[in-house]
Amino acid sequence: MSSINELHSRALADIEASESLQQLDELRVRYLGKKGEVTAQLKSLGSMEPEQRKAFGQQVNAVRDALNQAILERRGSLEAQALEARLMREKVDVTLPGRGESRGGLHPVTMAMERAIGIFNKLGFDVAKGPEVEDDHYNFESLNFPPHHPARAMHDTFYFGDGRLLRTHTSPVQIRVMEKGEPPFRIIAPGKVFRSDSDQTHTPMFHQIEGLLVGRDVSMADLKGVLHTFVNAFFERSLDMRFRPSYFPFTEPSAEVDIGWEKDDGSEPGWLEILGCGMVHPNVLRACGVDPETYTGYAFGMGVERMAMLRYGVTDLRQFFENDLEFLRQFH
Amino acid sequence: MQFNVNWLKEWVAVDLGAEELAAKLTAAGLEVDDLRPAAEDFTDVVVAEITGCESHPDADKLVVCTADDGSGSALQIVCGAPNARSGIRVPLARVGAMIGPDFRIKKAKLRGVESSGMLCSARELGLSDDHSGLMELPADAPLGQPLRDYLALDDALIEVDLTPNRADCLSIRGIARDVAAVCDAEYNDLEVEPVPARNDASFTIRLEAPEDCPRYVGRIVRGIDPNAETPLWMAEKLRRCGLRSISPTVDVTNYVLLELGQPMHAFDLDKLDGEIIVRRGRAGEKLVLLDETEAELDENILAICDRSGPVAIAGIMGGLASGVTGETKDILFESAFFNPATIMGKSRRFGMHTDSAHRFERGVDPRGQERAVERATALLIEIAGGEPGPLLVAEDPSLVPVNRPVVLRSKRLNRVIGRDIEPATVENILRRLGMQVERGEGQWAVTAPSARFDIEIEEDLIEEVARVYGYDNIPEAPVSGELPPGMSLGHGVAASRVRDALCAAGFQEAINYSFVDSRQLEAVQQSEHSLPLANPLSSDLDVMRTTLLPGLLGALSRNVRRQHARVRLFETGVVFLQGDVMNEVERVAAVATGEVSPEQWGISARKIDFFDIKGEVERLLSLKGNDIRATFAPSDRAWLHPGASAEVEIDGKSIGWCGAIHPAVLKAFSIKENVFSFELDLDALLKREIPFVKGISRFPSTRRDIAVLLQEEVSFDMVRECIESSAGPYLKRITVFDVYTGENLKKGYKSLAIGLIFNNVSSNLRDEDVDLAIEGVVSQLESHLGAQLRG
Repeated sequence: MSSINELHSRALADIEASESLQQLDELRVRYLGKKGEVTAQLKSLGSMEPEQRKAFGQQVNAVRDALNQAILERRGSLEAQALEARLMREKVDVTLPGRGESRGGLHPVTMAMERAIGIFNKLGFDVAKGPEVEDDHYNFESLNFPPHHPARAMHDTFYFGDGRLLRTHTSPVQIRVMEKGEPPFRIIAPGKVFRSDSDQTHTPMFHQIEGLLVGRDVSMADLKGVLHTFVNAFFERSLDMRFRPSYFPFTEPSAEVDIGWEKDDGSEPGWLEILGCGMVHPNVLRACGVDPETYTGYAFGMGVERMAMLRYGVTDLRQFFENDLEFLRQFH
Repeated sequence: MQFNVNWLKEWVAVDLGAEELAAKLTAAGLEVDDLRPAAEDFTDVVVAEITGCESHPDADKLVVCTADDGSGSALQIVCGAPNARSGIRVPLARVGAMIGPDFRIKKAKLRGVESSGMLCSARELGLSDDHSGLMELPADAPLGQPLRDYLALDDALIEVDLTPNRADCLSIRGIARDVAAVCDAEYNDLEVEPVPARNDASFTIRLEAPEDCPRYVGRIVRGIDPNAETPLWMAEKLRRCGLRSISPTVDVTNYVLLELGQPMHAFDLDKLDGEIIVRRGRAGEKLVLLDETEAELDENILAICDRSGPVAIAGIMGGLASGVTGETKDILFESAFFNPATIMGKSRRFGMHTDSAHRFERGVDPRGQERAVERATALLIEIAGGEPGPLLVAEDPSLVPVNRPVVLRSKRLNRVIGRDIEPATVENILRRLGMQVERGEGQWAVTAPSARFDIEIEEDLIEEVARVYGYDNIPEAPVSGELPPGMSLGHGVAASRVRDALCAAGFQEAINYSFVDSRQLEAVQQSEHSLPLANPLSSDLDVMRTTLLPGLLGALSRNVRRQHARVRLFETGVVFLQGDVMNEVERVAAVATGEVSPEQWGISARKIDFFDIKGEVERLLSLKGNDIRATFAPSDRAWLHPGASAEVEIDGKSIGWCGAIHPAVLKAFSIKENVFSFELDLDALLKREIPFVKGISRFPSTRRDIAVLLQEEVSFDMVRECIESSAGPYLKRITVFDVYTGENLKKGYKSLAIGLIFNNVSSNLRDEDVDLAIEGVVSQLESHLGAQLRG
């Protein structure tokens, strides 16, 4: 009797003292394996008296179960320790920089352009495109600019000497769209435009977004509504807006649009011109085969660089085309 | 157009401050560019006379003046002005005077001589830019009178930036009319009384080009006083409108130009030969103009001639020989209506943007010629005496434009504006603008005053009503429309995926000018099919780009010089290929130099090579779908490295190239590092296959690796084709995991290690099947490509 109790406590002590899974396994074999000490005790049952056998059998089985349980628990705890040790080993300095490619970024003009296009797309405007090398007909004549008209002097034009020119605005796309299709129309035309002018506030190339909507009952009130909606969405705030009478040969009435803009220096908000617009001139509609009695429409054109400058705080227009990485990398 | 507010207020009864007035002008479409006081804010500056003037004992450039400021005591003032002399009256800033907010005049010693005040130039008082000397005042200027009162300097100057359609506002009269309409204020039109003739001085005027000049009004004034001086009030008004006083005759014509908008000219009658003939110029005719430049005429130029030839270029500038001088006593005034189309563009041609040309090319009031001559005559006689002759009117009435009634429909007006405006309001607005309004059923017949020849169609009237009604009073309608929301995905959507993919790969987007230096196009050997500009801004922007490469290489070069060793840039944009027709092609291009990855710890650094840039191209191509198979064939494009560049082809058609830029090209851009680049047609990338899903195998794949020794000339494409044609139906994909040349290998040979992955969608692959496939592959590689199986 005492020997089984002694075996029990010795085995438990061994298990408790084991320091690795391998050692624990050796103990399992030593006590509970086919040739193990507990197994040997069970084998000795056969030579016992039946009554003694029963009592002893129960006792040995209880020891075996207890040892099994102890081994299981010890294994769990050793495994937990091993995992803990592994985790300790695998600890890293999480403040070291991560690896891999660093992201590039979009040009701020593209960002402003895509933002504006996205808003107009939601307002139902499709994107239309036109060539950048145009001719007098599309760039001026069909837009109601008579030859030599002083309004042309406001467009310092690049010519190719054969009647062709670089478009000075995106408005020719209006004509191309209307010539090709049937009203109603609702398009925007983003793209590059060119004027022979270069100083602190002018670059010979810049970007515009043209808008055109022609339908049965389109009014200046619609124009005001769509532009205010757009401007508020673009700048993500509620801005004051004013329309000033102006002149473009291809719209009448015409307007320039200012927004009330707060400068970062905390000075009084001032009016800032951001776009030109108006109701499509009946001569323009007629030239495109659209009956101005049945249809009316509005058109607008805005400078993308201007919008980008305001949104991103860029103060020197020329920076947009120097492609200095120190500048470009500030945009993502 | 610059004018002073006080003059305007003589014409229109508005009780507005200058700022409010400016706001009204801008809101009416006459955009105010500048608003400033007529003079610096100063106090205690008075009229004084220099009564004595002696040289300074210790300074060559200074004089010591004695000045009388009307106070009775003589003041000693040191002055450095070259025109300081005894007897002239000038502005004196007394001791204690403030000029501007910060400058106080104090008693001072200048080089040891006491000075009690300061004699002033016009610039010091903010009156003009003139700093050549003291501002000389008329001899009758009252001594001691504050200069502000004497010159009525509590005035403001407004500069309006007028749109080309508002020629009528190039005068005080026109602006006053608009202000009166916008402010609903009283408009005091000038009553011009005819000046009766005092003699019968006549001069023949012949209109030989009546289409160009349907109306020419002249008048002779004899016996003007050549020594007369322009009165201060007139000189001041001219000055405040930005013109200098020159002589009474010239000043009078300029005054009328500003006041009524009719440009005038005055000839010295004695210098004219017989008659005035208005005709087109003739080739070979020349004329020395008032500014002493010589102009060559031709049949495109309208000339004012006498019997000897041209004496003026119509509407632009008079000739020097026939102009008035300090001796002129008899003059001929010219006040004409020239057809704007005749004058347009001519001032540009001569490089002379005169006030006269500016008005004539936009159009002057076709009925305003007599009024202008009468006004000028009255003013001239008042200043310089003289006897006027009768008005000399030459005209072809049938060619003088007349404003016809234009119909304005109430419904149309409301439809275009988007708000119903009361008919009474509409009529009131039109009348305030000086229009004659005849009411009809739901419409009006409106005749604009002759100066408003821009009113030709209904829309012109709609704009007038809207403008005066106030654009701010038009409501903002919520966005709506009869069209369904746009369904087109638009070009931009897909192009943005290309841009985003390149951004994710570490490329920064650049935007370069569409015109480049033709020498750069030559450097990249792509000047063929280029389109040069006829009027480039400069020689380094003289031709349209045929490739995005020069712009990107230039930007890369600049950034490398600014200490960026690793530069990755891309651009999307149009290039211009001039063949039989112009072909505008949208491209995407990129350049990269330096390390393959940003500098970082834990991986070994390596320079970018061909396969890195090819990988970028392959990833872009994958936007088109998985089944697109592009081929890369060695490229012989002149700007590329002949051994490390490829043509990118889809279905046998080139869509662009990629690879290393030729060192000779890099040298032209001052780039020392290797640069890898690609340029592809964007449209080719944007055409996409819609993915169509295939079954997914539930059975495991089997991989077998082989290594083969091959001659270096054998390309991987050949190996791949050979494997694909011999590996049987279960080959899923192949992968290259090593390419080796060098030691341990025969010269001219390379070792290629390839993994073949097999899979069957419908059952487990048996080892025997895979073994059979590999045997087939190896035997084909051996027989076709001379490969030897290694290890």
